[in-house]
Amino acid sequence: MDYFLELLIGGLTRGSIYALIALGYTMVYGIIELINFAHGEIYMIGAFTALIIASVLTMAGMSGLSVLILASVVAVIYASAYGFTVEKIAYKPLRQAQRLSPLISAIGMSIFLQNYVLIAQTSDFLPFPSLLPELPFMDAYAQFMGSSELIIVATTAVMTIILTLFIKFTKMGKAMRATAQDRNMAMLLGVNVNRVISNTFIIGSALAAVGGILIASHIGRINFYIGFIAGIKAFTAAVLGGIGSIPGAVLGGLILGWTESFATGYVSSDYEDVFAFALLVLILIFRPAGLLGKSTVQKV
Amino acid sequence: MLELDDVKTFYGSIMALKGVSLKIGEGEIITLIGANGAGKSTALMSICGIVPPRSGKILFRGRDISGRDPHGIVSLGISQVPEGRRIFPQLTVMENLDMGAFLRNDKGEIKKDMEHCFELFPILAQRRHQPGGTLSGGEQQMLAISRALMARPRLLLLDEPSLGLAPIFVRLIFKIIEKINREDGTTIFLVEQNAHLALQVAHRGYVMENGRIVLEGSAQSLLNNEDVKRAYLGI
Repeated sequence: MDYFLELLIGGLTRGSIYALIALGYTMVYGIIELINFAHGEIYMIGAFTALIIASVLTMAGMSGLSVLILASVVAVIYASAYGFTVEKIAYKPLRQAQRLSPLISAIGMSIFLQNYVLIAQTSDFLPFPSLLPELPFMDAYAQFMGSSELIIVATTAVMTIILTLFIKFTKMGKAMRATAQDRNMAMLLGVNVNRVISNTFIIGSALAAVGGILIASHIGRINFYIGFIAGIKAFTAAVLGGIGSIPGAVLGGLILGWTESFATGYVSSDYEDVFAFALLVLILIFRPAGLLGKSTVQKV
Repeated sequence: MLELDDVKTFYGSIMALKGVSLKIGEGEIITLIGANGAGKSTALMSICGIVPPRSGKILFRGRDISGRDPHGIVSLGISQVPEGRRIFPQLTVMENLDMGAFLRNDKGEIKKDMEHCFELFPILAQRRHQPGGTLSGGEQQMLAISRALMARPRLLLLDEPSLGLAPIFVRLIFKIIEKINREDGTTIFLVEQNAHLALQVAHRGYVMENGRIVLEGSAQSLLNNEDVKRAYLGI
C-alpha cells in the first residue's frame, strides 16, 4: 500500500508538470489550430534562465526563498518574451498559409532553439540547485511525498485555477474564447486578434517556464534536450485530454503521469514510454477527439 | 456617412467587386439587393476590412478606412450582423452581448444597453445564461442584432438577416430594424436577397450583379422598375 501511494504521488507530481506544459499546447491549438512544437523548448529555456539567475544571485551572496522568487520571475518574463517572439517570427507571417507550413516552421523553431542552447550551454547535464524550500510539516509524510512534490502539485493546482478564472471572467479571457470559436467574427466586434494570439503565447510560455523551474529544481539537473522530451509528453497529454480543452490538458497530464509512474513501479522503467504512448494510441482509436474534446463535424 | 468609390476587391486572382461605388447618408436605410454570388457580402467584408479592397476608396465620415485593421474600423462605429449570424456557440447569451461591447469600458451603460436589448427581444432575457449554440435560428438572429447594437454603432451593416428564418421572425426582425433607425438614428446598410422585403423598409437601394452596381434609386422606384420586378421580385 505504501508503495502504491508512493507511485500515486510520484505520478501526480510528474503529471502536474505535464499538465502545466500541456496547457500551453492546448491554448495555442484552441486559438490558431497549430501544434506549437517549440513549446517544449520554452520550458527548457525557462529552466536555464532560472539556473543562470539563481547562480548569479547565489554568487552575490543571496540564499533561500528570495533566490527562488527572483529567479522564477526573471525566468517567466524571459520565457514569455521567447514565446511572444517565436510567434511573431515563425507563425504570424504564415497565418494565411496552409496548415502544414506553420507546423514545419514550429519544428524548425524547436530545432533552432535546442541547438542554440546546446552551443551556449554545452550538451552536459548541468546541476540545478534545489530552490524549492523544505517544509518542516512534511517530514511526517516524507515516506510518500517530499516538500518539493507538494509544492509542484499545489503550484499546478493554483495556476490552473487562476487560468480558468481568467478565461471565464476577464475581458481578455472572453476575447480568447471568442477568437477560438470564430476568429473573423471576433475581429468584426473589434477584437485585436493579433494581440489575443500574442497573449495566448505569453500565458502558455509563462506556465511552461514555471513547470521548467519546478521540475529542474526537483530533479536537480538540466540540459538542452529536456524540452524536447517533456514537450512530446505534454503534447501527448494534451491530445489525450482533448486538444483545445483546458480541463482536458490537466486531466491528460495527470493520467499520463500516473500511467508512467505505475508502469515504472510495477513493470519496469524501460516500459514507461511504451505504456504512455500505448495509452495514447488506445484513446485515439476509441475517442479520437480525446477524453474531454468535442468531436466536431467538418462543415462543408 | 459611408462612401465607396470604385472599390475593387479580389479573392486571390478572382475579382469579386469590379469597381463598386455607392453612398449612404446619415440616418438612411440603404439596401443592396442582388442574386447569390453577386458580391453583396464581399462589399460588407471590404467595408469591415476583413477582405480589404485592392484599389478604390472607402470613406467613413470623410476618412479613408480602406486598408485599416478590422478592429480599427469597428472602433470608428461600424457594426456588422454577418451572414449566418455567427453567434459564438459556446459563449452564453450574456457573454455574446459582452463581446458586442468589447471596445467599450462604461460598465454601467453597457448594463443599461443589455437591458434595452432584453426589452427589444424578451426571449433573450429568458435565455441569458444559455450557450448561444443552443438557441433557435430566429433567436440567434435576434442575438446577432443585439450583439451588434451593444457596440452603439453609427452604422449598422446587416447581411441577409431574413435568411433561413420563419416568416414570423422575419417580420419581427424587420420591424426592429426600422425601429433602431427611427428611434436611435442609426444608419443602416441592409444586404438582402429578399428584395421585396428589403425595399419595403429601405429609403434607397442599389442592385448588384456580378460585382457591379447595375441600378440605383429610391426604394419606390426600384419596386416599380420592370427589370427589378422581373429579376428579383418574381412579378
